[in-house]
Amino acid sequence: MAAKKPPETSNVSKDELLHFYREMLLIRRFEEKAGQLYGMGLIGGFCHLYIGQEAVVVGLEAAAKEGDKRITSYRDHGHMLACGMDPRGVMAELTGRAGGYSRGKGGSMHMFSKEKHFYGGHGIVAAQVPLGAGLAFADKYLGNDNVTFTYFGDGAANQGQVYETYNMAELWNLPVVFVIENNQYAMGTSMKRATRSRTLWERGAAYGIKGEAVDGMDVLAVKAAGEKAVALCRAGEGPYILEMMTYRYRGHSMSDPAKYRTREEVQKMRDEKDAIEHVRELLLQGGHASDEDLKAIDRDIKAVVNDSAEFAKQSPEPDLSDLWTDVYA
Amino acid sequence: MATQVLMPALSPTMEEGTLARWLVKEGDSVKPGQILAEIETDKATMEFEAVDEGVIGKLLVAEGTAGVKVNTPIAEMAGEGGAASAPPAPGGAAAAKQPPAPMPLPQAVPAAPAPVKSPQAASPDWPVGTPTKTMTVREALREALAEEMRSNDRVFLMGEEVGEYQGAYKISQGLLDEFGPKRVIDTPITEHGFTGLAVGAAFGGLNPVLEFMTFNFSMQAIDQIINSAAKTLYMSGGQMGCPIVFRGPNGAAARVGAQHSQDYAAWYAQIPGLKVAMPYSAADAKGLLKAAIRDPNPVIFLENEILYGRSFDVPILDDFTIPFGKAKVWRDGTDVTIVSFGIGMTYALEAAERLANDGISAEVIDLRTLRPIDYDTVLASVQKTNRCVTVEEGWPVGAIGNHLSATIMTRAFDYLDAPVLNCTGKDVPMPYAANLEKLALVTTAEVVEAVKSVCYR
Repeated sequence: MAAKKPPETSNVSKDELLHFYREMLLIRRFEEKAGQLYGMGLIGGFCHLYIGQEAVVVGLEAAAKEGDKRITSYRDHGHMLACGMDPRGVMAELTGRAGGYSRGKGGSMHMFSKEKHFYGGHGIVAAQVPLGAGLAFADKYLGNDNVTFTYFGDGAANQGQVYETYNMAELWNLPVVFVIENNQYAMGTSMKRATRSRTLWERGAAYGIKGEAVDGMDVLAVKAAGEKAVALCRAGEGPYILEMMTYRYRGHSMSDPAKYRTREEVQKMRDEKDAIEHVRELLLQGGHASDEDLKAIDRDIKAVVNDSAEFAKQSPEPDLSDLWTDVYA
Repeated sequence: MATQVLMPALSPTMEEGTLARWLVKEGDSVKPGQILAEIETDKATMEFEAVDEGVIGKLLVAEGTAGVKVNTPIAEMAGEGGAASAPPAPGGAAAAKQPPAPMPLPQAVPAAPAPVKSPQAASPDWPVGTPTKTMTVREALREALAEEMRSNDRVFLMGEEVGEYQGAYKISQGLLDEFGPKRVIDTPITEHGFTGLAVGAAFGGLNPVLEFMTFNFSMQAIDQIINSAAKTLYMSGGQMGCPIVFRGPNGAAARVGAQHSQDYAAWYAQIPGLKVAMPYSAADAKGLLKAAIRDPNPVIFLENEILYGRSFDVPILDDFTIPFGKAKVWRDGTDVTIVSFGIGMTYALEAAERLANDGISAEVIDLRTLRPIDYDTVLASVQKTNRCVTVEEGWPVGAIGNHLSATIMTRAFDYLDAPVLNCTGKDVPMPYAANLEKLALVTTAEVVEAVKSVCYR
């Protein structure tokens, strides 16, 4: 990862910076709250937090238009919030309540929103990669110019189906952006313990797919890369690979003790590369916002998150008859 | 503003743990993300982080304390700064509340014994007087595909060698010429990938028909079939549908050995969210495939290479479909019920013919679909004949016949005059040697023998 860049404010508006700040902070505070609710036993099972990686989804959503689709793995809360899904519905799904996006039947790893073109939330590592290419296939078949963002991690990148998908996606020029969220650890296995490949995006070359590595902690760099990838896909020159160099601050899931890396390593990332701090500095140094302005945003976000948590606690459990519904259409 | 720090749950199964070590002391200022303590769960020692900033007040639980229940207050913490940084109380009302009660487990048996409809006679699937033509199963499948592709331009066929090669088993012969490469799509040999891709296309609003060159290769892709296609409607609370058909030859062909000779009927019939069809005749192949393509659910459509070339009467109708979940009574009888499906029907019908010569009247039922299963037709027949033999090519453990036996026992026990017998393939991988292969498959002689046994003859 590159060293921290000096503030670049020339080509980015105050409104956009504030938007990025808000969106990333919403994800972080939401995830912190989810971690808290997990600790209280209100969220069960697996719960994979997105803290640290916020710039990836927020930057890419800034490059998307209405109709574009997104699909990802089980670390999906950030993607849902970034594409505009209601924090209440997401949090209530985490608590397994009737007010959740899947009416309590999906949980943290399995949420969907047709309205927001969010196609999950998939619990099997890399299964979403061919699915995402299939969504892009459908758009191409139907003749529109939508693009599908197919997110997966550095761990999924070693699954065979990813390369089966690369092959077909390039063969058929599908409008899909493969977004590798390289947070450096596949659960507890660091990338260097999993592959001799120097990078993951370069593997696309074997199939004729272009791509690049991006500083995934820099929301502006992410957005710029996303715009380029999306433009290629809309022009019929997809697919494209973006390897987002990012970092998760928390364990793989809530039950991961994270002994495979040092506390210092995590702290160094937080101190030197934090995506939210980066935008905060841009806002302050550029004179776009005062400390007070940002505190006000913090308060707003906290209110939204607390409201979602309250909703998720109050929403009833699903009706027992719901056990039998939605098995068949 | 003082809040309580509670003992966290750090794994899906954790109820209590050991507070191994405090990494802060009373009076320390802490920042979000700072490690407060080490906690031992049943699986690992975990670090417990602060969520908000504040000052540690009293430590309520001493280092080394074991058996600390989740949600027990372990420390007090005072908030710092203004309202913006004041931590929301993690304790309070919500923490005191009991965790939600677990949902009751699903019932293993779907329903209590229910009244069964009165026995029905053999019923044709088309109106009396409808003209018919003789067709092979292969031609009937091709006609069904072509008709559905003509009527719905979101239907497309994808698979290995379906296009330019005209189909490995010639089911898709001529379809590329009529529909073009946009809708008849040759894939690389990449089952896992193209299955996931087709499922994604179904999520995206298309109606894919995916051909497995044989169902043996569907095992490369079974995760996508079960975890993605079958479960997503449920996991999305009804939002996402997956209208897709997975089709291809299933079961033993001839002399192709263990890896290419396997019946997947019982495998896929176990999965809620899938529908499973396994036709025997050409008319059923056509009618069921058309119904499958129109079905909003994922359908496993199990064909058979040996049956592809067999001929049957098929009605000449503009739009002929067979509904799922409706068995066909091929032969009326009074002494015993033989239930089968797919190529098993060959043995069932041959056996019934031989048994008739011995004075045993067998009723022969073709299930046609295995999910849903037409229990009513089977039960009504068994209530009439009081005896039942099932016939299938698959392995004996966890067979469809096992399930039917259990259902008959549960819902028609008092009608049985003999145990239900299951004729199945033998419990071995398919051997190559001709004589051994013959021995491994279910045979007409075995069905005859089983029927005589339940008739005490």
